[in-house]
Amino acid sequence: MQEKSTYRLQGSDLSCIRDDRVLFEALSFDLVSGQVLLLEGKNGSGKTSLLRILCGFREPDAGQVLWCGDAINDSQYHADMAYVGHLDGVKKELTVLENLKVSLALGRSGQYSIAQALAKVQLADYDDVLVQALSAGQKRRLSLARLLITHNTVWILDEPFTSLDKQGIALIETLMAEHCASGGMIVLTSHHDIELHGVDVQRISLS
Amino acid sequence: MSLSHAFFAIIRRDLVLALRRRSEIANPLLFFVLVITLFPLGIGAQPHLLQAIAPGIIWVSALLAAMLSLDSLFRSDFDDGSLEQILLSPHPTSILVLGKIIAHWLVTGLPLLMVAPLLAVLLGMPSQSLGILLLTLLLGTPVLSLIGAIGVALTVGLRRGGMILSLLVLPLYVPVLIFAGNAVEMAGSGLPVDAQINILISILFMALVLAPWPTAAALKMSIN
Repeated sequence: MQEKSTYRLQGSDLSCIRDDRVLFEALSFDLVSGQVLLLEGKNGSGKTSLLRILCGFREPDAGQVLWCGDAINDSQYHADMAYVGHLDGVKKELTVLENLKVSLALGRSGQYSIAQALAKVQLADYDDVLVQALSAGQKRRLSLARLLITHNTVWILDEPFTSLDKQGIALIETLMAEHCASGGMIVLTSHHDIELHGVDVQRISLS
Repeated sequence: MSLSHAFFAIIRRDLVLALRRRSEIANPLLFFVLVITLFPLGIGAQPHLLQAIAPGIIWVSALLAAMLSLDSLFRSDFDDGSLEQILLSPHPTSILVLGKIIAHWLVTGLPLLMVAPLLAVLLGMPSQSLGILLLTLLLGTPVLSLIGAIGVALTVGLRRGGMILSLLVLPLYVPVLIFAGNAVEMAGSGLPVDAQINILISILFMALVLAPWPTAAALKMSIN
């Protein structure tokens, strides 16, 4: 459906300095539709900082991030990206369904309806359950369901496999492969070895 | 999908959240009632003195109750990551933030209005100033939420922001306190209060238009 238009996310000469410590400098990458960028590195090597720069939460100390050739703050970028960080971003006092309805209202509706997305992440019977009654892995799957119901091209995922079981990891890998096949792109950090068949994975090692 | 849909979705979300954590509504209201009831006990049997300082007591208590409730405005959203999602929304952050402020006022400001007449009677306030008291609270408490939002947005990222928040916000509350307190006092002696009310209306409109922008900008800084 989005095959016609290719999107492009570029980082040029990015650097990040935190508390007088250089986390990374002169970092460049070029990502187009259908590709995955996997960030690797030890704890504290700046993976999350890079992701937050790509979200626009942080300004890079040098360099810039370009979306289809324009700086991210001057483009449609925020309407095209979705982020799942270490914090799930769901309210524990609301039900699964209420949480997704709010997410949907904040974005633009995407490929799947809420019911379809819940079925995809295997939470179909949980729509009236308060989030505080869910397990950590189920909360994670709920926050990943947000990616499916809103319109987006870039997924930015910070350790998406945390607290998921083997089955859950396989499930998310399938969703990621589907997203790339339909013209999306993904930037993620992960300690797990991801298995994405038929997807072009670029790796950047931060040290 | 549309901006108004997102705006009302945020208001509805915050109202539902407030209903499920009732202490958020009850705390500022209880504080307001308790502080006001302590004054007659502390001052003793001097009804004239109490009557004279009643407008000040009610307004200072309302100010402190508003301060007490401010932290809940962005705290839980900041802690669980919902704030990041709100800021990433393609809709203008300032409008979404305005939705949150309105919901916050409905939950913490509006209840003060409901109990204020009762407390005014308790303090022996003349009945001709009751209407003006309610009017000033109606115009003034939203301003407290709007101005307070800027301060909370600046301090939400700090671990112990409470003290700084009061120092930042209380001086900005002073104009509201002066004009509102003065209006209620003048109304008690049967004098016209149009000027004070007009000034409060203009402060409200200015805060409504100007406060959401710095709040949105400060939130972006805080989640950095």
